[in-house]
Amino acid sequence: MSHTLRPGSPRCRDLFARLSEYLDGELDEALCSEAETHLEDCPPCRDFLESLRRTVGLLDRLPAERVPEEIRREVRESLERLRRHRDD
Amino acid sequence: MEQAEEARLLERIRDDQPGAFESFVSLFEDRIYRFGVRMCGEREDARDVLQDTLLQAYKSLKTLKHPGALRSWLYRVAANACLMKRRKGKFEPEREVSLDDLGPREPGEPRTEIPDPAALPDEALARSELRQTIQKAVAEVPPHYRIVLVMRDMEHLSTTEVAAALNLPETAVKMRLHRARLMVRQRLEATLSGEGDAGEKR
Repeated sequence: MSHTLRPGSPRCRDLFARLSEYLDGELDEALCSEAETHLEDCPPCRDFLESLRRTVGLLDRLPAERVPEEIRREVRESLERLRRHRDD
Repeated sequence: MEQAEEARLLERIRDDQPGAFESFVSLFEDRIYRFGVRMCGEREDARDVLQDTLLQAYKSLKTLKHPGALRSWLYRVAANACLMKRRKGKFEPEREVSLDDLGPREPGEPRTEIPDPAALPDEALARSELRQTIQKAVAEVPPHYRIVLVMRDMEHLSTTEVAAALNLPETAVKMRLHRARLMVRQRLEATLSGEGDAGEKR
């Protein structure tokens, strides 16, 4: 096993294409265990997986923006107008 | 809120119970707005996405056939509102990005580690350059990938819900999610290494 993660290396390439499924626990058991065996032997794949895991973790940690008060009011007024229009 | 609770809320809306639609608005308005901001990048567009989505919900929620699919339905409407915004802007062809362009750097190339989110305090992300760097990296992902990324990794819809919302096979959702994550990863690494545009390094 080459210790360079390269698209040209068949096992690295296969795993590279499915790393997100591995992270999300969406690989079936056989493929998952194959991925884990490969990851144990391939530090570049392991490093790359860690950088992808961190990327996904950072996306999850972004602060959640709330609707600004003026937009909240404006949208609720539109809904109220629609409701009145329907009731008339 | 769990699906069972959402289904109960939908029943209350169907029965015209007082305050039911208001509860629905309170429950989802922040999420839809946030989705609009992340997809469109502009607050004004996000306001339109929120308004269009809620007006559509008011008109159509009572006739929704599968109460369990409320979230998929809602995000589908919001996604369509975002896409309408796009059509008014610059036309961008939906090319598929090759995995070959999203791999790791060559050995020996300098690289900066992406920070471990588990080690970052909330304040570090609340008002920092890192937050802006992440937001910019997401904004640079082409829209047909970004929409999947935002729904899965930021709004936490399941693969099945995203597939239903976007009318895509689950395999396509997984493929687009993976490429979108790889694009963000590559841009983060490039920006944090001080290279600016990731596309220039190749």
